Order: sequence, then C-alpha cells, then structure tokens
Amino acid sequence: MLCATLIQPEMRMQPLIWLLKTLSASNPHRLPSTVARDDEHLLVAAAKRGDTHAFEELVSRYEAKIFRLTMNITRNREDAEDAMQDAFLKSYAHLKNFQGDSRFYTWLVRIAANEALMRLRKRRPNQFSLDEPVEGEEDLMPRELEDWGPSPEQRFAQTEMHGILSEVIDNLEPDFRVVFVLRDVEELSTEETAKALGISIPAVKSRLLRARLKLRQRLDRYFRRGATN
Amino acid sequence: MNCKGVIREISDYIDGELEPPMKQELERHLQDCEDCKMVVDQTRLTVEIFCDSKPVELPTDVRARLHDALHRKLHERGN
Repeated sequence: MLCATLIQPEMRMQPLIWLLKTLSASNPHRLPSTVARDDEHLLVAAAKRGDTHAFEELVSRYEAKIFRLTMNITRNREDAEDAMQDAFLKSYAHLKNFQGDSRFYTWLVRIAANEALMRLRKRRPNQFSLDEPVEGEEDLMPRELEDWGPSPEQRFAQTEMHGILSEVIDNLEPDFRVVFVLRDVEELSTEETAKALGISIPAVKSRLLRARLKLRQRLDRYFRRGATN
Repeated sequence: MNCKGVIREISDYIDGELEPPMKQELERHLQDCEDCKMVVDQTRLTVEIFCDSKPVELPTDVRARLHDALHRKLHERGN
C-alpha cells in the first residue's frame, strides 16, 4: 500500500506543522528549549519555501520573548508593540536573505533590537547614544556592602520579583540597558551583541560591566538581609 | 591585584573569559577580601536572576494585533 493513501488531509496540507504537533502531542508541556532549537531550522526552511504556517509557528514560539526584548529596550508599550510587529514583518520580508549562519532567533533578535533602538532614539534624541565613551572607573567601586542572605530570589513571589526587575532595569541608562538585555537576558554573545548594535567588542564589554554593577547596586536595596520589602 | 582590579575584571571573570594567570590572581585576592567576594557573588546572582526571568505572557490585545498584521502580510504575499 502506498504511504500516500495513509496520509491524513491535514498532513498533506501542512506536513511539517503536523509532524511537530504529533511529536509533541504525547507531552502536553512545552517542548524543551533544546528540542525547540533543533527543529527551528526545519521551520525556517519550510517558511522560506512559502509555508506560511511554518512562519506563524516561529512567530508564536518567539512573540513573548521578542516583546520582552522590545519592552526592555524602549520601556514604552506602544513603541515595544510597533517594534515587535515590524520586526516579524521585516523578518518575513527578508527571510530569503537569512543564510543560516546563526540561529534564526539570533537573527530575529538583531532585527527587533534595531527596530526598538530606532524608536528609542526617536523618543530620546539627546539622551541616547552608543557612540559616546563611557565614564571612568571610580564610580564603579561598590560602597556599603551588605550580605544578601541565602537565596534572595526565593524570598519574593514571581510577580513581585518581576516588578523589582522591571523597576531596576527601567532606571538603567539606555545605552547600558540595551547591551545588558542583549547579552544577559537574550544571551547573545559579545560578538553578536557588538554586531547587532554596530559598536566595538570593548564598547560592549565596558557597558556590560557597568550595567551589571549598577543593577547589583540597585537590587541591593531589595535583597540585602533585613530589607523591608 | 587590588579591589579596583577585581571590579575592572569582574564581568570577564563571571563569564569565564579571564586568562588563567589573571583568573588565579583574582581568586587569590578573593580568598583574602570578603568585600570583593560579596560583590562577585552578588553580581553573578544579578546576572542569573535576569537571565532566568521568564518573559511575561503576551497581552491578548497585543497578540491579536500582531497576528492580524501578519495574516494580512502573509495573505498579500501568498496571492
């Protein structure tokens, strides 16, 4: 018997999506990230061939992460939404140019970061520049150190912790924030971050160092032993 | 290495990107300096907390507008 006769109509319509759904059907939970990474290139290849459902699957997979990224950069919901939407539309329009020398997600993050940066620059034309050198080292020395106690991250409920992180990152200078978000939240490499932002590797490193130290200092207010929440 | 040197290298140290001699020098300092050890531990935890933070669920209205826009674009290209 020919295998084609066993193929269900939905399999003929969207074979790749059907296969992915079948593979995950036995597990009601989300696919582990390693699996998600493994099948990403299949979805991208299908989307390049014109399978719109494959592209929609990529969007569904990454929409929350891309919105977090654009929110983290712009700190403005309207700009974040526009940047996310344009990032997905542009990635679809330019999909044929994606060579596959990085993960699709990394390529998408680069597009989304640029869309978000464009809006940030428009909103704060005199307050944001990645070209200016960062200040000297003296202000980096931490003062009044205090123990955070065991597992400060477990002392707060998830929503409470989300509020704290949102507040401290909101107050970080945009040029430090952008680098921190790409490196430590989206986990791009130093090289990928430099490429995405069009700045040098030493510039990424110096901004990242300052961003991390400043965030530590601001979290200290919440995490130090005996702090009133 | 003094405290200022530790602060300067703390990022590369956390990322495991320090050359072995520099790393040894920094770790020797940490053995004798409680303050620097605390800063290193707290900075590492800061990175971990942000790195582990889950993206919040996309608001329903934002998601609907995104998929509407996508649908229009994909349909336009499909024809």
